[in-house]
Amino acid sequence: MASITMKNIVKQYGDGFPAVNDVTIDVADGEFMILVGPSGCGKSTLLRMIVGLEDITSGDMLIGDKRVNDLAPRDRKLAMVFQNYALYPHLSVYENIAFPLRLAGAPDKEVDEKVRAAAETLELNEHLERKPANLSGGQRQRVAMGRAIVRDADAFLFDEPLSNLDAKLRGQMRTEISRLQKRLGITTVYVTHDQIEAMTLGHRVAVLKRGILQQLATPRELYDNPANLFVAGFIGSPPMNFMPATVEGTTLKLPFGEVEIPAEKARKAAGKGLLIAGVRPESFAEAGAANARDVSEANTFEATIDVVEWLGNETYAYVPFEAPPEVQRQLEQLEQELDGETVRTQLVITLDGGSAVQAGDRIKIWMDAAKVHLFDPATSENLTVDLEQAGRIPALHDAMPAAADG
Amino acid sequence: MRQRMGALHWTGFAVILVWCLLPVAWIVSLSFKSLNETTVGSPQFLPKDPTWANYKVLLNWNDPAGHDFMRALINSFGIAIIATFLSVIFATLAAYAIARLEFRGKRLVLSMALAIAMFPVVSLVGPLFDMWRTFHLFNTWPGLIIPYMTFTLPLAIWTLAAFFREIPWEMEQAAQVDGATSWQAFRKVIVPLAAPGVFTAAILTFFFAWNEFVLAISLTSTTGSRTVPAQMSFFVGPDPFNPPYTQLATASVIVTIPVIVIVLLFQRRIVAGLTSGAVKG
Repeated sequence: MASITMKNIVKQYGDGFPAVNDVTIDVADGEFMILVGPSGCGKSTLLRMIVGLEDITSGDMLIGDKRVNDLAPRDRKLAMVFQNYALYPHLSVYENIAFPLRLAGAPDKEVDEKVRAAAETLELNEHLERKPANLSGGQRQRVAMGRAIVRDADAFLFDEPLSNLDAKLRGQMRTEISRLQKRLGITTVYVTHDQIEAMTLGHRVAVLKRGILQQLATPRELYDNPANLFVAGFIGSPPMNFMPATVEGTTLKLPFGEVEIPAEKARKAAGKGLLIAGVRPESFAEAGAANARDVSEANTFEATIDVVEWLGNETYAYVPFEAPPEVQRQLEQLEQELDGETVRTQLVITLDGGSAVQAGDRIKIWMDAAKVHLFDPATSENLTVDLEQAGRIPALHDAMPAAADG
Repeated sequence: MRQRMGALHWTGFAVILVWCLLPVAWIVSLSFKSLNETTVGSPQFLPKDPTWANYKVLLNWNDPAGHDFMRALINSFGIAIIATFLSVIFATLAAYAIARLEFRGKRLVLSMALAIAMFPVVSLVGPLFDMWRTFHLFNTWPGLIIPYMTFTLPLAIWTLAAFFREIPWEMEQAAQVDGATSWQAFRKVIVPLAAPGVFTAAILTFFFAWNEFVLAISLTSTTGSRTVPAQMSFFVGPDPFNPPYTQLATASVIVTIPVIVIVLLFQRRIVAGLTSGAVKG
């Protein structure tokens, strides 16, 4: 058991491109930390630097109190589960799990005890004599985890362990990993590009974009108080709606109509001109539906529904709108950063599953204006972020002392 | 239609089989004939009076011809096995470096290796003869082992490098994270995974050394290091107009046996080795 501390970690490749740029993350003893971001954000590189498979260009990597920058992977006492499992195909499941113990020169009796205990935990008892090639994806995944848990590692590292599994199995394994981590209480760093895994597994989540840490916070903080457009767009499914907006007093003007926002938010956004408003799909409701708490006329507007997707428990309704070029550009760039395609500007609204709304209907929609976020289109920062409830935002927190010095 | 295709298939198969195996059958048949039978002219295909006499002579340590042949057989085995062993070890290490490391001149090493493999052996006989006499390597085992390794290493390196390239990096990295040193990762994970490639390289090297004739005849002078293919050219017998065909055939059969045994034993591995380097999977 140990904490892992990353201090100003930089990874530069031969061409000078910083894959990881000045990242500082502290993983407490026993904490489940998620590194999340779209492909190419440096999350895997960061993980490989923790385990020692990648050199660190500058910065300090500490495991416990020990600086491990120059230690070989085998001296770091970490266990890692690879994306493609990296099982040894020429060894049986038993020997795969026993491999780290055999390397450490453990006596046969101890090896047998530990392997059987691990197999028991992961329900692999019946498969011990089989070769990895004869196992299903989920079983291979469990063998890879077995190889990690037999040793007394200081921490577990997972590199997108579920991305090769189908959707159903992924859900099961996700729960399994969560249960295992709770039981063993071991420090864990988990890399994923899947925001659902990030939200459900982690105690805290570090969101990375192009090698730069965007925000380090609990899932709830990320969801309620995203630091910028990127985090806001990345966390949540369906993603947050972004639309052009202007503030006058406490009135927020949106393409569909006007809503009243809390004075505190209005004050933070005052005098900024054109803004991007972010509203989660579930912050909308059909006026008159059960989950629309405030049915006063103030925060309602009428819109024509373009497409309806009924999922059973809920319904997604789509409402297209026109955005000014300034906002449009920003949103296109955001989509690219999120690995997405540039689609039409549209509003996604989560309605109750029992809603009878049909495509083409014109309905009255209520919006929870207290939950709106206002972003600066130039910097993409969230102007209305509640810093007390947003974890650590390097762009804001780290910049402040520097500004004070200047 | 299918039936006719099947018939054609089998006919073609039989023709090729006869074409390839008839000479072999002829040699086997010859080896069981007595010397008199071949000297009377127009010998028939099957031996009239099958005899083990030729084998008894050649495998008899006390017979002069047998003595020389046995010595040559020992030389052949010794030289081929040592050349194979060293070649595979060097090739494994070199191929691993080529597959895994980025270093300057990597392409040069690979293309040089290929160029060496394509070099005609005959063109090297003269210079090697002079060099080996100067270095006192003429008519010694190392005098043959070294050039054999030179010619088989490139092929072995290319074969093994293709195998190593297909082993995912993660294998090794996983081993290192599990607590292995680089050497342990190589020995316990990479080499076992590349076993079909190692076998292929070993067998190709062994066959080359076993069958080689030009260097064997040019760089040796006595049975102290002469290998079987070279020794067979000395089977002239007492009468220059009547070489001992039956003994020659017997020697051919004997040297073919190890090759057949090896191929049958490792058939699957060879096929896996020859194909899996080319096709991913």
